[in-house]
Amino acid sequence: MNTRAIYLFAGVGILYVLTGVLLSWNVSLNILILGLLSAIMALGVNMQWGYAGLFSTGIVGSIALGGLAVVFVSGNPVPEAFAAGGWQAISGLAVAVAGIAAAVAAWTYMPPGRARNLAVAVILISGFFLYRGIFDPAVERIEAFDPATHGNVGGFGLNSIWAWPVGGVFAAVAAWAIGKIALGLREDYLAIATLGIAEIVITAIKSEDWMSRGVKNLVGLPRPWPVPYEVDMQADPGFLAFCANWGLNPTTTSTLAVKGIYIVMFAIVLGLLIWLLQRALNSPWGRMMRAIRDNEVSAAAMGKDVKRQHLIIFILGSAVVGMSGAMYVSMLGQLVPGEYTPLRFTFLIWIMVIVGGSGNNWGSVLGGLLVGWLWLIVDNAGPLIMGAVTAGMADGALKSHLVDVAPQLRLLTLGVALLLVLRFSPRGLLPEK
Amino acid sequence: MDLLNALVAFLNFVVIPAASYGAQLAVGALGVTLIFGILRFSNFAWGDTMAFGTMAVILLTWLFQSLGISIAPLPTALLALPFAILITSALLLGTDRVVYRFYRKQKAKPIILVIVSAGVMFVMNGLVRIIIGTQEQNFADGGRFLISAGDFKAWTGLAEGLAIKGTTAVTLVTALLTMAALFWFLQKTRTGKSMRAFSDNEDLALLSGINPDRVVQVTWVIAAALAVIAGTLYGLDKSFRPFIYFSLLLPIFAAAVVGGLGSPMGAVAGGFVVAFSEIIVTYAWKKVITYVVPQSWAPDSLMQLLSTDYKFAVSFSILIIVLLFMPNGLFNKGK
Repeated sequence: MNTRAIYLFAGVGILYVLTGVLLSWNVSLNILILGLLSAIMALGVNMQWGYAGLFSTGIVGSIALGGLAVVFVSGNPVPEAFAAGGWQAISGLAVAVAGIAAAVAAWTYMPPGRARNLAVAVILISGFFLYRGIFDPAVERIEAFDPATHGNVGGFGLNSIWAWPVGGVFAAVAAWAIGKIALGLREDYLAIATLGIAEIVITAIKSEDWMSRGVKNLVGLPRPWPVPYEVDMQADPGFLAFCANWGLNPTTTSTLAVKGIYIVMFAIVLGLLIWLLQRALNSPWGRMMRAIRDNEVSAAAMGKDVKRQHLIIFILGSAVVGMSGAMYVSMLGQLVPGEYTPLRFTFLIWIMVIVGGSGNNWGSVLGGLLVGWLWLIVDNAGPLIMGAVTAGMADGALKSHLVDVAPQLRLLTLGVALLLVLRFSPRGLLPEK
Repeated sequence: MDLLNALVAFLNFVVIPAASYGAQLAVGALGVTLIFGILRFSNFAWGDTMAFGTMAVILLTWLFQSLGISIAPLPTALLALPFAILITSALLLGTDRVVYRFYRKQKAKPIILVIVSAGVMFVMNGLVRIIIGTQEQNFADGGRFLISAGDFKAWTGLAEGLAIKGTTAVTLVTALLTMAALFWFLQKTRTGKSMRAFSDNEDLALLSGINPDRVVQVTWVIAAALAVIAGTLYGLDKSFRPFIYFSLLLPIFAAAVVGGLGSPMGAVAGGFVVAFSEIIVTYAWKKVITYVVPQSWAPDSLMQLLSTDYKFAVSFSILIIVLLFMPNGLFNKGK
């Protein structure tokens, strides 16, 4: 870290402090929690883009898969639904995976020709119908069980901190599959392909009610260890005595304390990641990655397996992003599939990475905290500001329209910010050394 | 009789919707492919360009309606098209001047231009949402049906109806005219020929005295026209919601890639390939099959290969298959 970085981080810190003083500390800490999460997401994206030059537009897919992991790991078990069709649904999915694997194997090991094409087609088509035959009835039975509150297979009911690594694994597996398919392609084809896979993941989470209750939202996911619930704290005599002693309001103190614990937890994860990433970046492996990014041909000529390294970094980056997605859902306590839009969770993260400084881990953290603040402050302050701007106007359609659309100003602002940074300071606020 | 009913149901629920959706995708994909051919990047702002153009059409439609101008039974939106194209051209030319030109002169890598276009996407998306809001807008006026299902049943005595919506007819005719005009322009005019030359081999084109700035400007104007037309046709047929237009990117890119990026003929074919596969895979075939097979064989299930939620999975699969096995597209003879 150099002086420039220290100044910039201090500046961002002042933004958060000002928010706390002028608006409320609750809002400020809330934004900080999401800013830290965004910083972790940005670190994952920076691994793919900054270290390896891979442009993926499927970030939102990894984040949503991470969120799905929380549902499976910590969702309440629904034994009746699982008994009704759990194993059958799992075997249906296993058939689907086996079918695809068999098709890939046939393609790889059979000599090219009409026989191979035919074999692959037969395997895929018959596999598809077999899968639907096993899977559909199972899903129907699962969704039939108490659809008003359940209708899903349920999870393991574990503490949701376990879901964090599992979320990373989910995203990593998906990244392996998509990387195998798309990494050999031209770079803008990779962008289009990842856009598509993310769209499919989101659709699945929205419409496969048996997993996550789809758009009916799965609520009541437990908080990660060791975060307490505010109501429990307020009932705790020790805590009440502490508040009385210091003259604090128990309600505000407990909400702030819970937020504080989240901030510490997320900051620890972020710190660990940065430490690991900085070490990796300065290791021979990091040098090789940068060599590949800067000149694939010469790196390949030096005997580096470019495609394999791209796959590895793509998986690792997605895993980090997936973990942050799990952290996000475990904090919210619910999975809201409608929230996962590419604009919010793919392109906004990209803006963080590029504004912060591609290739620089501290830059991604700065970008996450700064852009995350900008994005969220508009939710809270946007209508206030627009209200002030339009205060002198007569009440009417135009005024109410302006106040209504105030939150949309952030799209415009951030787009302009991205374009300005790309044009005048393409290496970002904190350039790579 | 049952076979006829099956055929009518097939036409009504598969062929007609797919043809009109395909025409919309084809016009959209033509824009993507032109930009790719001349400017050499995949424009992620395309969906939002379409949304912007459609927004201009909607606002002008409201203006005309309030002035009492109408071209009934045709939708007023058609009258608004030329003006909206002017507005959108101005926006795209402005964007090129302020944003893209710098990177073109620098000869930046295509991926940088893709990221830049994502920034442009944010700006345009913000503009659209600020000006018209995020709600759904329905701006189709004019004749509802060319042939309504009830009339068709009365004429033919069949159990199945065949409905042709006014917007379907408008879509097909407008798209056909647009494509004809574009192909005539590319094949027959001097500017069109210079555009094709530029797309084939930039250096050779420059050597033979083609003015690159002019080619680029013409491309943006044509792209604006295509974006406005594709967006308006889609909006007339379904409805206008800004975020829907963003998600149209995927089928449109799929259509352009299927045909081979840079090939206009391919984009048109690709649009129809994507639209027909989407609808064939997500259509519930129960009705058609029940007519065709003997009574006792009639299926209980919907006979739907994939639920309609997954229509994007279809365009995605087509995209991936083409990228893996025919990277130059179905219609590009090895470049």
